[in-house]
Amino acid sequence: MADPQTTRNPFTDAESQAVGVEIHDLSKRFGQVEVLKQISFSVAPGEIFVLMGPSGSGKSVLLKHIVALEKPTSGRVLVDGREAASEEIRETVRMALVFQAGALFNSMSVYDNLALYPREHRVTNEQGIREKVMRALQILSLENAHQKYPSELSGGMKKRVAIARALVMEPQLMLYDEPTSELDPVMSATISEIIATLKEQYHVTSIVVSHDRELALNIADRVGILMGGRLVFLGPPAELAQPKDPRVADFLNPRIDLQNPRFKQLET
Amino acid sequence: MRTLNRVLEGIGSTILLLLRSVAYLPTLPRQFGRFVEQCYLIGYTTLPIVAILSFFIGSVLALQSGYAAQNLGPKQFIGLLVGLTMARELGPVMVAVLLTGRVGSAIAAELASMKVYQEIDALETMNIPPARMLVMPRLAATLFMMPVLTIIADLVGWFGGAIIAKYTSFIAIEPASYFATMRQYMDFDDVLNGLIKAEVFGFVIVLVCCNIGLNTRGGPREIGAAVTRAVVASLILILVLDYFVTKALM
Repeated sequence: MADPQTTRNPFTDAESQAVGVEIHDLSKRFGQVEVLKQISFSVAPGEIFVLMGPSGSGKSVLLKHIVALEKPTSGRVLVDGREAASEEIRETVRMALVFQAGALFNSMSVYDNLALYPREHRVTNEQGIREKVMRALQILSLENAHQKYPSELSGGMKKRVAIARALVMEPQLMLYDEPTSELDPVMSATISEIIATLKEQYHVTSIVVSHDRELALNIADRVGILMGGRLVFLGPPAELAQPKDPRVADFLNPRIDLQNPRFKQLET
Repeated sequence: MRTLNRVLEGIGSTILLLLRSVAYLPTLPRQFGRFVEQCYLIGYTTLPIVAILSFFIGSVLALQSGYAAQNLGPKQFIGLLVGLTMARELGPVMVAVLLTGRVGSAIAAELASMKVYQEIDALETMNIPPARMLVMPRLAATLFMMPVLTIIADLVGWFGGAIIAKYTSFIAIEPASYFATMRQYMDFDDVLNGLIKAEVFGFVIVLVCCNIGLNTRGGPREIGAAVTRAVVASLILILVLDYFVTKALM
């Protein structure tokens, strides 16, 4: 297994410094709505951190701050000890975000989707790019899909292609936005296995936003739970077996109550 | 107040996009494939409709001026009238209007769709600036293709007018006489004037459509709204700029 302070490149076996993430008092406001309220936590290099929470709790917005697609209203987001939005981070730290819907380029084949990053950044020549792309597709068991277009792929395949595209970037930090949503249980388990394998083999720091309890319990080193824009739980997944906070308990083990349904409680 | 804010925001973001795109101009040789693809889309696919419309616009110009000249006498000036109007005004304006409908709307729809479906966000996380990959090759291709389209529009319009002038009974002027007045009273500056206009229109249309597409927010419904905004803004800009460019070139 790799040294926890280094990330191993899946294509060249070269090792580079693993990066961590620190979030200090992060708040985000959209108009009058405060989506994130003074969030603070850190993710250690090489760790799998799973961020859970109900829909609309601000998980994806938080993820977008790490890749600088959103700017904080207040607070700081640091990657490898430096401001996440800085040009320096963009140039020196390889971060990849796997979007919830894949965000594959619909006008390009799977091969071209994967080849775009190395081509644009002139990582290597066309032969080298071909080797990288085919290796990434092989890791994700997608060798036969390289000529297909995103519209010809199933939901699970799209997610795997999105992960393969991220992998081609040789990331030091992988961010996943709902990687198992809209997938059947077997495919969800497959994606969880892929994330865990990438950590085991390449020691990539991973932050996973998910609703998937199984994924969190099985692959996370630590879990954070966001509710109403606040971090209400932060700890190892084992602590989720008997959560102290009743809101966390209800979120993780929701009981279907036909006598007193939740939507009726919301009305009153 | 809100509308004014939105307009000012649009102007600001368009200028920023222009500066960013121009800064990526040195990457054009690396993006030659994209440039050629955009030349094909902007030029080749627009050409048939430009030719058809120019032919009929030239024809109608000849017909109307011939009809008006029945009582005035010197029908040979129909050639000059069609020639000047096509070269200085209708050629570039018509190509710009067609570019808006055929290309501008497609650009706005494509980029808005990429924005809504997070493809633009994906590019940004890959540190691939959309201005470099999506905007600059389109602007360069437009600057390259607009003069070509406009010259074709002018030529086809002139020939359309010549055919109608010969075969319409109340006009009946020979093409030699029709083109003689054109050659005698028109010079290259008249054509150049129209080409400059076409360049300005094309550049502004593509820039505005790209900017509106890239700034689309919301769901799939916003894609349609972005296309409408892009087409309306482009058409207004064509007519407003037409006045100012015409005045500046006089």
